[in-house]
Amino acid sequence: MKHTISVLLQNKPGVLSRVTGLFSGRGFNIESLSVAQTLEPDVSCLTLVTSGEDTIIEQITKQLHKLIDVIKVTDMCEHDNVEREMALIRVKAEAHTRAEVLRIIDIFRGKVIDVGPKSYVVEVTGKASKLQAVIDILRPIGIQEIVRSGTIAMTRAQKS
Amino acid sequence: MKLTGAQAFIKCLEEHGVEVIFGYPGGALIDVYDELMKNDKVHHVLTRHEQAAVHAADAYGRVKGEVGVALVTSGPGATNAVTGIASAYMDSIPLVVFTGQVPTKLIGNDAFQEVDIVGITRPITKHNYLVKDADELVAIIREAFHLAKTGRPGPVLVDLPKDVLATRITYPEVKPITMRTYKPTYEPHPGQIEKACRAMLKAKKPVIYAGGGVILSNSNEELTELARRLDCPVTMTLMGLGGFPGTDPLSMGMLGMHGTYYANMAVANCDLLIAVGARFDDRVTGRVDAFAPHAEIIHIDVDPSSISKNVRVDIPIVADCKHALGAVNAWFARSKDFNAKECAEKHRSWHEQIREWKNKHPLGYVEETDIIKPQFVIQKLHELTGGDAIITTEVGQHQMWTAQFYHFNKPRQWATSGGLGVMGYGFPAAIGAQMAAPDKVVIDIAGDGSIQMNIQELATCRQEKLPVKVAILNNGYLGMVRQWQELFYNKQYSSTVMEVAPDFVKVAEAYGAVGLRATKPSEVEPVIREALKINNTVFMDFVIAREEGVYPMVPAGKATTEMLLV
Repeated sequence: MKHTISVLLQNKPGVLSRVTGLFSGRGFNIESLSVAQTLEPDVSCLTLVTSGEDTIIEQITKQLHKLIDVIKVTDMCEHDNVEREMALIRVKAEAHTRAEVLRIIDIFRGKVIDVGPKSYVVEVTGKASKLQAVIDILRPIGIQEIVRSGTIAMTRAQKS
Repeated sequence: MKLTGAQAFIKCLEEHGVEVIFGYPGGALIDVYDELMKNDKVHHVLTRHEQAAVHAADAYGRVKGEVGVALVTSGPGATNAVTGIASAYMDSIPLVVFTGQVPTKLIGNDAFQEVDIVGITRPITKHNYLVKDADELVAIIREAFHLAKTGRPGPVLVDLPKDVLATRITYPEVKPITMRTYKPTYEPHPGQIEKACRAMLKAKKPVIYAGGGVILSNSNEELTELARRLDCPVTMTLMGLGGFPGTDPLSMGMLGMHGTYYANMAVANCDLLIAVGARFDDRVTGRVDAFAPHAEIIHIDVDPSSISKNVRVDIPIVADCKHALGAVNAWFARSKDFNAKECAEKHRSWHEQIREWKNKHPLGYVEETDIIKPQFVIQKLHELTGGDAIITTEVGQHQMWTAQFYHFNKPRQWATSGGLGVMGYGFPAAIGAQMAAPDKVVIDIAGDGSIQMNIQELATCRQEKLPVKVAILNNGYLGMVRQWQELFYNKQYSSTVMEVAPDFVKVAEAYGAVGLRATKPSEVEPVIREALKINNTVFMDFVIAREEGVYPMVPAGKATTEMLLV
């Protein structure tokens, strides 16, 4: 099963390689990874998506905890949370397909962020499943390039 | 008053009570060595290889119960130290290794004798540091010592660029260490202790399985108290030997691949397994699904990631073994439900069963009159040292024979590379042990293959005037691999025959040490007696039965009940 794990880290050189080294060294798998500073400048938040049986996920969280620079590990699957990914897609946009592309992007609440003579670059955010849906629909029109970010996640506000 | 980084480094060692360090100089460390020469509180032992320096520091720490310290230069000095660091990591040995580094400005430049040792040792250290700012030097060294010895101990590496050692700094005041991200759990959860004690109360066929954590946490007394109170048989891992007296009637010796028949049978049939500071290593469990299949399992460990890693655990207790065992003992001391007599009565048939297994297949070997059996040498060493020597080993058959036949009664008299299995560990470890305990008899039990991996340390022994004794069980083979080839590879002794070997007596003599040899069983005792009398380093070359095997043996991947016996 897929798990999104959020890790708060000391923002120091080499910390990311401690995390990725742990995954490669112990044969755990990383499907996506995203890391950036938090509100506190000396703390980073790393979000990674991994998959495995419960015993593997348990080991992953325990081993992450064991790293000296790790402040907090949260398995987002244990919480009500929102997750987002972003994709930049360069799609063919010629005279007869331009309108069609715009319509599709509009349906998925995406944006055109660069316009070329024969292509658009569109930006779409959402859950992985939504991004996949956009890609599947644009593919017949002609996708030239895709760049996708890792997942980022946040717990929802508690309903009192 | 301002100090240079090198001066602050040495002052910080003094602050931590460090009396002995093991190392090897080099260009990047000249500033430190210059200061060391002026200092009379920190004694530096010059080994003849950086790997040996780290093993010596490792064993020094084990024997003294302190943090061992090694100091090696940049580049090859650092890479040579890697095996020693990895071994200490696998065995959770508290160690701080300092490496020289090229000046900060040159880092990343492929400078002479530059290597990214922080990158290289990331997976084999508990934590590591590159000191980029001289003002952080002392704080980092303090953290390194703190990390090495607290929680689950382990090696910590501190990389020291040459310019940092030359920069003048103000030595910071001593402050209590607070680390936002590091707070090991020492105290057990009372609810889990209650559960564990109830399970112990109920068990008819309990076994205590004690690992290196018992030694590291100094909880041998608490463990012994519990075992005796519950009248519970005890088996130990290779790292746990000495955690419970090996000659005690409740001791079943070692378990696992070369464990005793009765220890393995007891674990396979017990209804409660009490694991204390052990990590269910594959050499212990054999086929995992057949390990303690009928047992409820209690697991006490300070490292949460050790729990349920290889084997599912029913009652986990994350805590320091000493605190957890103390809490368990206190529970029994005040429990009205516990009655020692009833408990002994309840376990009686279990003890009878174990005795039966023990009588059926005791630990033993076939004695011979004209050829020396290795087990006989170990027995004689045990007898003639009164079981009181500090023993180190290399890795291989001799190591397993020692674990089986030198019945360790006390903790910290045994140093072996258990997890990583380093040939070449024992001789430098004996140097570290002898430095830690100058008045003790220290013996490295070695094979003829492994002694050659760090044989240059004869020079260190001589320079420090250490009366280290080395017992070489010489069979002209890399015996453990040969045994596997004999059993599982149609006796194809590929590259395990030591066709050329030095005359160990002459090698010892070449260094100004003493060499003795025994080729017949009748010569074993006189050789050991003479060696123990000599106040010098002694090599004892025991020419032993060439194709003797280590038994019992659980073939890799088999259940621990599927033992090959003598």
